[in-house]
Amino acid sequence: MSHPDKPYIPDRNKVAPMDRFSLAKLLRQGFAGQTGWGAQWRAPERPEAAYDVVIVGGGGHGLATAYYLAKEHNIRRVAVIERGWIGGGNTGRNTTIIRSNYLMPESAALYDHSVKLWETLSQQLNYNVMYSPRGVLMLAHNVHDVQSAMRHIHANRLAGVDNEWLDPAQVKAFCPPLNVGGPLRYPILGGALQRRGGTARHDAVAWGFARAASALGVDIVQNCAVTGLKRDATGAISGVETTRGDIACKKVGVVAAGHTSVVMAMAGVRMPLESYPLQALVSEPVKPAFPCVVMSNTIHAYISQSDKGEMVIGAGTDAYTSYSQTGGLHIATQTLDAICELVPQFRRLRMLRNWGGIVDLSPDRSPILSKTDVAGLYVNSGWGTGGFKATPGSGNVFAHTIAHDEPHPINAPFSLARFDTGLLIDEAAAAAVAH
Amino acid sequence: MKLIPCPICGERAEIEFTYGGQAGLTRPADPAATTEAEWGAFLYARENPKGMHRERWRHIHGCGQFFNLTRDTVTDRFIP
Ligand SMILES: Cc1cc2nc3c(=O)[nH]c(=O)nc-3n(C[C@H](O)[C@H](O)[C@H](O)COP(=O)(O)OP(=O)(O)OC[C@H]3O[C@@H](n4cnc5c(N)ncnc54)[C@H](O)[C@@H]3O)c2cc1C
Ligand SMILES: [Zn+2]
Repeated sequence: MSHPDKPYIPDRNKVAPMDRFSLAKLLRQGFAGQTGWGAQWRAPERPEAAYDVVIVGGGGHGLATAYYLAKEHNIRRVAVIERGWIGGGNTGRNTTIIRSNYLMPESAALYDHSVKLWETLSQQLNYNVMYSPRGVLMLAHNVHDVQSAMRHIHANRLAGVDNEWLDPAQVKAFCPPLNVGGPLRYPILGGALQRRGGTARHDAVAWGFARAASALGVDIVQNCAVTGLKRDATGAISGVETTRGDIACKKVGVVAAGHTSVVMAMAGVRMPLESYPLQALVSEPVKPAFPCVVMSNTIHAYISQSDKGEMVIGAGTDAYTSYSQTGGLHIATQTLDAICELVPQFRRLRMLRNWGGIVDLSPDRSPILSKTDVAGLYVNSGWGTGGFKATPGSGNVFAHTIAHDEPHPINAPFSLARFDTGLLIDEAAAAAVAH
Repeated sequence: MKLIPCPICGERAEIEFTYGGQAGLTRPADPAATTEAEWGAFLYARENPKGMHRERWRHIHGCGQFFNLTRDTVTDRFIP
């Protein structure tokens, strides 16, 4: 396919420097009735004929990858190709819980790399991503939960990641709405608290990375689906086919979450992934009533209150694979039953919206950030139910992997090859719930 | 709730069933002659298609029967 009209060719040296936000600008806009804000990133109608790197998928991870390629590796001829609108995939559908208290040392290193980046991300991007480290409390309801929490806490402390045990009285003090001591089917026996954990604003993360990447020369092309991956005579990547024209490139990073298997199949690569619907729902907005993030693996529930005031609630995955983007109603009902026991005053809340995202689950529930057997093809996937928290860290190490054709030490263990060697990073048993 | 056609009991609610994933995976016949990559592919690689999927089900809270079905993973409809 050739370009229907004349190709779009920006002069990358003339890409306007980022129009930075400041207090003065905010005041001026206030007096002008907020009418003077321009577009925050360039949005070319179609891709150019060639790039150094093409990123497939404009979610948070794809946009972060492009940003760090330009920022840290000076690779600026980069396109992010997005089928829909940026952040319209799982990035815009998730419950935004951020934490790094994973059991395995490899995971703790990867997720904590990300938490450290979250801490200064708003300043880095000059965009408020509303990172709010309000604490993530993971409840224990039975002897097994308590033992598992203790094991995590000790493992995390050895890995230099904060995580502490709260007894029931301390749980009640930290999160007063919880029904501690009540006659529950799953009583609250305590909880593991990561104080540096919290939430961030999902859309702002996509927009902030898009804006900063665009200012460094990255092209973000929306409403453009990748339909094929092209290979040269040696089998190496030579370009991609899209619904808005073909692109020549030597490197492609696939960051397509639930659609990773579909995109990788275009190069004949079978992935160790299965795509499942995962759903979330929000209540009507109410005054601040829930001070932290609460999760429970045992009853498959997680709750936080957004800055708008909605209770944001996540449920479990469906029992079978699907690309339908809707979860089973009985799954959400189960979660709501359990949450109404945990927080009795939520019984009177009305739920406003629920939706599903398609998450890519790997066999060991750890991500895959890897080179592949196809030269020039890289994949960032398998984040499943819990990759939002890793957005900056994932983009950071994946950009390194693409730029150097070698993984960063932090993502080296998260290779595709681990499914052949058996060196799995088994978080499956440790975190059998979305988060 | 979604209804799943058990070949013995007919259509029953989905919570009576367990899902067994991709159908037709065969264990390598000669383990000693199987490479790591072949084992990896057998254990972990999956088609995961957006579209028709041949898959394994069990009517665990009913008659206990194992069976295969074809489902369109976009609409979740079973295809006879
Ligand atoms: C309901 C729900 C709750 C969750 N809760 C949490 C949580 O609390 N904490 C947490 O850490 N994680 C959570 N997650 C997981 C998290 O959302 C994801 O791991 C993360 O957002 C993945 O980001 P991404 O950029 O890789 O994917 P996405 O944001 O899904 O981006 C992938 C993009 O690729 C595009 N694409 C696909 N195919 C093509 C193609 N052929 N051509 C072009 N573009 C294509 C898609 O349109 C999409 O925009 C949750 C997920 C869901 C669904
Ligand atoms: Zn039956």
